[in-house]
Amino acid sequence: MDLDALLDCVTTSSCVVTQTVSGLIVGMLLFLVAAGLTLIFGVLKIVNFAHGTFYMLGAYLAYSVFVGTGSYVLGVLAGGAGMAVFGVVFERFLIRRVYGANVLMQLLICYAVVLICDDLVKIVWGPDFRAMGMPPEFQVPPFFIAGGVVPPFYLVLIAVTLLIGGALGLGLGLTRVGKTIRAAAINPDMVSALGINTTLLYSMVFAVGGMLAGLAGGLAAPVRSLTPGMGFSILIESFIVTVIGGMGSIAGALIAAVVLGLIRSFGTIGFPLFTEGLMYIAMIIILVVKPSGLFGKEIV
Amino acid sequence: MRDRVGRRTVLVASAGLLATPWIARAQSNPIKIGIQSIFSGPIALLGTSSRGGIQPEIDRINAAGGLLGRQIQPVYRDSKGQPQEAARVARELVNTDGCEILLDAEASSGAFAVQEVVRDLGVLCVHSNSETSSLTADPKLRVATAFRSTRQGVHDAIVGGAHSAKVATEKKLSRWATCSPDYAFGRDTTAQFLEFLKHFKPDIEVVSQSWPKLGQPDFTEVITKILQARPQALYSALYAGDLSAFINQGNVYALFGAMQVFVPAMGDLPVLTAVKNLPPGIQSAARYLPTFPDTPANAAWYAQYRKANGNDYPTNWSWESATAMRFIEAAVTTAGATDGKKAAAALEGLTIDSPFSTTGKVTMRAEDHTLIDYAIGWGTTVPQPPFVTGIEPGDWGQIFELETEWKKKNGYI
Repeated sequence: MDLDALLDCVTTSSCVVTQTVSGLIVGMLLFLVAAGLTLIFGVLKIVNFAHGTFYMLGAYLAYSVFVGTGSYVLGVLAGGAGMAVFGVVFERFLIRRVYGANVLMQLLICYAVVLICDDLVKIVWGPDFRAMGMPPEFQVPPFFIAGGVVPPFYLVLIAVTLLIGGALGLGLGLTRVGKTIRAAAINPDMVSALGINTTLLYSMVFAVGGMLAGLAGGLAAPVRSLTPGMGFSILIESFIVTVIGGMGSIAGALIAAVVLGLIRSFGTIGFPLFTEGLMYIAMIIILVVKPSGLFGKEIV
Repeated sequence: MRDRVGRRTVLVASAGLLATPWIARAQSNPIKIGIQSIFSGPIALLGTSSRGGIQPEIDRINAAGGLLGRQIQPVYRDSKGQPQEAARVARELVNTDGCEILLDAEASSGAFAVQEVVRDLGVLCVHSNSETSSLTADPKLRVATAFRSTRQGVHDAIVGGAHSAKVATEKKLSRWATCSPDYAFGRDTTAQFLEFLKHFKPDIEVVSQSWPKLGQPDFTEVITKILQARPQALYSALYAGDLSAFINQGNVYALFGAMQVFVPAMGDLPVLTAVKNLPPGIQSAARYLPTFPDTPANAAWYAQYRKANGNDYPTNWSWESATAMRFIEAAVTTAGATDGKKAAAALEGLTIDSPFSTTGKVTMRAEDHTLIDYAIGWGTTVPQPPFVTGIEPGDWGQIFELETEWKKKNGYI
């Protein structure tokens, strides 16, 4: 524990700026993955343990398209689109068969998909790690705000992630499809009784969830190593985010992801040996104080 | 009478007929060598690149008529990186598969488990990947028929400490930070490095230490923490995918221009070729490079490895495993047997020709069954091949002297 260092940091503008940007970038990428996870749970009550795999495949797809075309934008879009399609296939042919079944069956299917995809990645891209590298347009030095270091690439990522999050929020809140999805989350039987094609709706939810994870994988690919099994660590953190934010709440996921990012960035200065532990403590406190999470609905 | 002779003849002839192919089979029986490593999971490269170094050696020996007139038959097994699985696999290779020799290409966690199985079975075993010094340095762990054909952590720490202290003195670097993976390897390696760095340059101050988790996807908060501490130099024991991610994320913050960075694991081709935008000026150990030692033998081995392995790059583990196979070949030939005791006696103190040494020869030190005189040195990264230049070889005289002190300090001698 190094509380002096933490105190020094929070009273120094350069440290506050640097660590806040650092926390935001970690949090925003986490939000994209967790948003899909929480959306799927909110509507389908399925805990998608294979969600980290969507993130991994999105990153690999973006990497291949970037290597082939040299375009980072195309790579990210391919990651998102590819995982939207993968999400539909996953829902249509596998997970649909265990709706309402024992959670162990869902876990088994998800875990099988994780293992199969990890091996497929090894066959297609090789067992060793891959690195996309920074696209040339972003190979620019960081600039300084109040003495704090701010990398332009991370600012772009934060902005893009906020845009995606905003579009998701507006889409769910204002469009007819969004309203139907929200209605299905509350009462799927009634939505079905009203003649709405819930089969299509569920596929759409998985498409959106997959797309968000794929986009996160693609966006992060220039700065993260691509390895088979890379989805696992992000999945654990995404679960923490969904638990803190409230299972099924997009707004909750956003707040929780940012809080978690800031806990990591400031925690590493004040509690260098206990940064991971801090995240779990935050989760435990929330579970004790408000078991349904920050924005979760109370289970009656 | 005729009847009795006939029966005997038939019995003798039958016995002869049955025995002849059996005797012939025994003479041409292949020598089975059990080779275990991690062939699946995130560090499968350990196994695949070890096999890439071993198999061409076996092919060469078999093409030349085999070992003691018998062909070598490798039996590869995957331990998946789990110590209990490594122990089980080792026992099974000998007891069920009939392997006469073990070439253990496990990481350290598995190698310590295999070591205990070898103690029990008494077969010849050469560990080809475990670099943890205590495996052979600690007399309590040592096994009469087990050897190690790899670089050693303490050797790397001595050479790294000496080289880094020299650079630190030249560039006046006194404020240091470290960033290493949060498990035994990362912590031990960092502690050893700092110990020898301070031995050569006592006025070192460690201003920040970070311990990211193994496989952590994002190092941003660690990088910004290092920047906040404003060190003049940074040491990192990160490796493989974690090192690549750290460099890519460090580049975003211009970390490598803000301080002198020392990374021992940088000088391995899969890392150097996979990392995009490799920053110039990182100080690194040469784990395996075709240009160190800069000899025709090393260049030829490099070319042959790539040809035999679909143009893949050899790793540090490749040369270590190829060396293990060469020592097995030399020991069995000298002993004239695969028997554990006889082959071990032949292997103790054995010196063989090697492309992986600046002197052209490496030795299996008799007193602690570990490799010495291999190529060890540090240099500076450049973004293009040969990636690491100006490599200064370590001084083996100095290594022996400080290693002995280190052993005394740890109660090993």
